[in-house]
Amino acid sequence: MTTLLLSLPVALPLLAALLAVAAARQAAGLAMATGFLVLGLSVWLAFEVAALGPITIALGGWEAPLGIVLRADGLGAGFLVVSAMVMAVVLVAAQPSFEDQGQESRAGFAFWPLALLLFAGLNTAFLSRDLFNLFVALELLTLSAIALVAIGGKADAVTAALRYMVFALLGSVLFLLGAALAYAAHATLDIGLLSQVEPGWPMAAALALMTMGLAIKTALFPFHAWLPPAHAGAPAPASAMLSALVPKASFVILLRLWFDLAPELASPLLLAVLGGLGAVAVIHGSLLAIGQDRLKLIIAYSTVAQLGYLFLVFPLAGGAGAAQPWSAGAWTAASFHAFAHMLAKASMFLAAGLFLRAVGHDRLEGLRGLARAMPIACFAFGLSAISLMGLPLSGGFTAKYLLLTSAFASGQWGWGLVLVAGGLLAAIYLFRPLNLMFSKEGAAASLTPVPRWEQVLPLLLALAAVLLGLFSAGPFAFLQIGRPGAAAEGLLP
Amino acid sequence: MIPSATLFGLAGAALVGIGLYGFLAHAHLLRRLLSFNVLGSGVFLMFGAAAWRSPILGADAVPHALIITGIVVKLAGSALAIALLVQLARATRRAALPEDEGRPP
Repeated sequence: MTTLLLSLPVALPLLAALLAVAAARQAAGLAMATGFLVLGLSVWLAFEVAALGPITIALGGWEAPLGIVLRADGLGAGFLVVSAMVMAVVLVAAQPSFEDQGQESRAGFAFWPLALLLFAGLNTAFLSRDLFNLFVALELLTLSAIALVAIGGKADAVTAALRYMVFALLGSVLFLLGAALAYAAHATLDIGLLSQVEPGWPMAAALALMTMGLAIKTALFPFHAWLPPAHAGAPAPASAMLSALVPKASFVILLRLWFDLAPELASPLLLAVLGGLGAVAVIHGSLLAIGQDRLKLIIAYSTVAQLGYLFLVFPLAGGAGAAQPWSAGAWTAASFHAFAHMLAKASMFLAAGLFLRAVGHDRLEGLRGLARAMPIACFAFGLSAISLMGLPLSGGFTAKYLLLTSAFASGQWGWGLVLVAGGLLAAIYLFRPLNLMFSKEGAAASLTPVPRWEQVLPLLLALAAVLLGLFSAGPFAFLQIGRPGAAAEGLLP
Repeated sequence: MIPSATLFGLAGAALVGIGLYGFLAHAHLLRRLLSFNVLGSGVFLMFGAAAWRSPILGADAVPHALIITGIVVKLAGSALAIALLVQLARATRRAALPEDEGRPP
């Protein structure tokens, strides 16, 4: 049973993607059904992991090093559940934009298989323990993401997709080179087996190459230039997937490399560099977001900033710090932050898509007084903003609180300053659209009406982001399952 | 005399260097894509050379299987890049990213 639970989240979306090409008329329904089926399976898997601890399966009975091993620990299963949640809602929200265009249009035909392929790549990245398998998962994910950026076919979108492609190709070849070096030195690609060998300089070089490749794919500063135009240029449901889900896969792999594969190679300097680049991304991304005049670009630059927070986990919990009492807090905080960002950012992009449809453009001026015409979508946007700013009782707050606690407990209070500054800057760049939306005056005359059920979808995701903060004890304990090098007692929230 | 596996490895490393230079130095996207393919071939050559164990054991078969998978992945990526490039050239009559305009092709 557990074999099926682990392999179906990978196999089902792949199968559905093939079927969606063959039976284009049923593609939309098929994609939705797959989304909810995988969500159900992931929740089931999470309960199994909570009851039994990490679950490892060897596909087809072939054990590593020859076979490919899938493993669900707290981290992998947690990301699986939240990403399936986002995916299921986004696939439902995509129905009106893509189904009406019919099978004749390229976008209407291609969206569903591409979204399903992206889903398969994502789930593989969360569950896989084999460096080459992770490479294939990343490629599947990135190539479908690039195709989704270009799906509209406009010159701007194609340019953004090609810029994304240039960065992504470089990132993937660096990762592959690293994996090849690791294999040449130790004759295995399994992370579990590699973590048991004594790492020498070939492993250090391999990790350096892979880290560089993954940092490019996660759009860490200074490799972020491709992200905002690509995420803002795609159709809204695609943007939601790209911004909320895609960068998290490469981030999870980075966590596996530095916490699981070779934590002893993580020198304080390296950890400080990764954390420092993350801190620069927080400040730089937020400042650029403040300067934007289009809603989708603000949300996209905000992603650059929010991804930066994730990298603070390296100085706070990495290397020798993994055995310290505060590391459990920092480790969970990074995952919490990723979850809260996935939910809130998908909700924001879906809401922005609805505003765009209602107003006809996404310049900020068009948002004036929109809250009276579309109260539910505006409320969803506001709730997501609360989580992104890290205001109390939201998932974003819990994440930042945990990061702050571990920053002070470890004596690295400088990272705490970044957290506070980032929260303030987020409040500034989100205040402008919110202020316009909820302003008293403004012409809401010539709006295209948007059905109420479509406005409820972003609200569901935003509520989930807030609930994550209210009920954080369960996920906190869950994420510790199978945490590499965990200390016995962690700081509790 | 240098063992042939070392020679292949060094040739692979040279291809990686040439490809990386071309990928970063050029502005024309087709040249960049070709450079990327040179770079990728260099990686595969190095990977293949690393599979050599000893005259008795021969070569390890796993990297060969991985290289074939890698070639398929690279082919898919190149095909998508070409399709996007053709689309860009049709739409804008340009074949470079806007920020690279004015750089030597």
